[in-house]
Amino acid sequence: MNGSTAPGVSAQPLLELRGVTKVYGQGQAAFPALRGIDLAIQGGEMVAVMGPSGSGKSTVMNILGCLDVPTEGSYTFRAAHVETMSRRQRALLRRHYLGFVFQGFNLLARTSALENVELPLLYRGEPLRRRREAAAAALASVGLTGWETHAPSELSGGQQQRVAIARAIVTNPALLLADEPTGNLDTQRSREIMDLLAALNRDRGITVLLVTHEQEMARYATRVVHFVDGLVESDHQNGGPH
Amino acid sequence: MLWNSLLLAVRAIRRNVLRSCLTILGIVIGVSAVIVMMTLGDGATQSIKDQISSLGSNTLHVRPGQRMGPGRETTRPPNFKLQDAEAMASQIASVAAVVPAAGSTATVVYQAENWSTSVTGTTSAYFTVGSWRLVAGRFFNDAEERAGKAVCVIGQTVRKELFGTRNPVGEEIRVKRFGCEVIGLLRAKGGSLGPDPDDAVIMPLRTVQRRVTGNDDVTGIQVAVRDGASTAKTVESITALMRERRKIGDTENDNFSVFDTKQIAETLSGTIGVMTMLLSAVAAISLLVGGIGIMNIMLVSVTERTREIGVRLAIGALEQEVLLQFLIEAVALASFGGLVGLVVANIVSVAAAKAIQVPFMFNLQVNILSFCFSALIGVVFGYFPARRAAQLDPIDALRYE
Repeated sequence: MNGSTAPGVSAQPLLELRGVTKVYGQGQAAFPALRGIDLAIQGGEMVAVMGPSGSGKSTVMNILGCLDVPTEGSYTFRAAHVETMSRRQRALLRRHYLGFVFQGFNLLARTSALENVELPLLYRGEPLRRRREAAAAALASVGLTGWETHAPSELSGGQQQRVAIARAIVTNPALLLADEPTGNLDTQRSREIMDLLAALNRDRGITVLLVTHEQEMARYATRVVHFVDGLVESDHQNGGPH
Repeated sequence: MLWNSLLLAVRAIRRNVLRSCLTILGIVIGVSAVIVMMTLGDGATQSIKDQISSLGSNTLHVRPGQRMGPGRETTRPPNFKLQDAEAMASQIASVAAVVPAAGSTATVVYQAENWSTSVTGTTSAYFTVGSWRLVAGRFFNDAEERAGKAVCVIGQTVRKELFGTRNPVGEEIRVKRFGCEVIGLLRAKGGSLGPDPDDAVIMPLRTVQRRVTGNDDVTGIQVAVRDGASTAKTVESITALMRERRKIGDTENDNFSVFDTKQIAETLSGTIGVMTMLLSAVAAISLLVGGIGIMNIMLVSVTERTREIGVRLAIGALEQEVLLQFLIEAVALASFGGLVGLVVANIVSVAAAKAIQVPFMFNLQVNILSFCFSALIGVVFGYFPARRAAQLDPIDALRYE
């Protein structure tokens, strides 16, 4: 693993938002989703983003995930200015540094777990043998050894989300973005998923950023950021069950 | 990148086998229709060309009466006489050989078998001019011709009906009320258009005139034109000579006709060529419709797979990679359809060629062209849906329900 497990130590943050605003629509219909956000996240942190719907937490996740660009302000990822990047450059950045986990799992239907997990490696142009090995290893690290050939429809919700996590970490990303990863799961499965994310953060040093509206799930994070009405309302370190 | 896109496309096709099969059906039908039409057209043209060459080179046919059509004579035009043929041979320089023939339909009998066939009386030049070959026996000679001997040469169809597989040479068959010795067996000419050329009994002209028709008429004259001489000029000379001999006034129409079989056959094969082109064009339209079918299904597929496309874009697929994947999917579907179409087309062509009795002509060029065209259809009709997929916004695509 890459060793930088201690949060808040490195001088340069992994990512930093400065004066970020995001306005949807134009003129009369203009709606400000973010109204000036400053946020820095160090490598190795596990940050929970919370807030009511409409607070801008999804918007900030889209920007941090390089899926969207701010209307104003700057977003630096590893000192690179994302807000000036083209669509193609952002796609390449996502390909090399980011992993995504979604609420609805978003696995390819009728496609085996192994093939789902190796998908990001395909876009990276890895050779077949390396893809197979890495995908099998990623599935093993989420505890799904022996389920490689199963299609999503043959797996439970918890298992599907674990396949999705395996897909997100198979490329060894610097940042893992999880948008309500436990939103579709019962409490027991939710805890298992959160344990898994916390373990990946702790053991492999992957920075994890997750959106949740459940207090219990936020307790797994090392830091909790609250959003209200497009602004950061509170931002504090968390003892958590670590 | 190309290889990966291909792999992704193949996986996507495999994930929905039934829909993929239905998608390609249009292309399969289009491609097979085009190829079947072209192949059968080629076969029909070839069959006519074979018949042209079996007619022998530069042969004219002179018959009493005008050819069919409105305004056909009410009175039967007179037949020719042997002297007409002799006059042509002696007076027209561009003529190589003149073959008079008299014929009638008659029932021929051998032991318990009987068969109704055409009995033709002619001279031995008939075999040379008509490019006939023997399988067994011999043609009749001048002496037999002059004497009007009861000898005959038979075609393969007559042999099959009367003798089965036995050798007929030396046997005697009954024609009307006289016995006739079979001295030769002709090689089959075949051909599917018009009357069967092998269904024939050929005897000396005098024999037929005396014993079958009972008069000295000649019902048709074949004229072989000398090599290098103008066929058109010869037709003119024959027409002038016959008008004179048949005493036709300047204002009257011919009561006979001279036609160039080769020219008729060529006209016919030209007509078939045009028909083939027309039918192939109609078939090509069905191929186009098949292409639209592919576009339709690909558009549905893009809509249905919006979230999947969103995931691909989110994890770092480039626009052109998504474009390429969907394009390759469309091209792979279309080419696979084309390939299935080729197989179906050739099977159907073999069967249909047998059914309508034309030779099966495998046309490599048409096959390759149809296949390439089907792939091209994939590119053309796959591009629009693929571009739509590639230009999706990942955030909207991921949120799509």
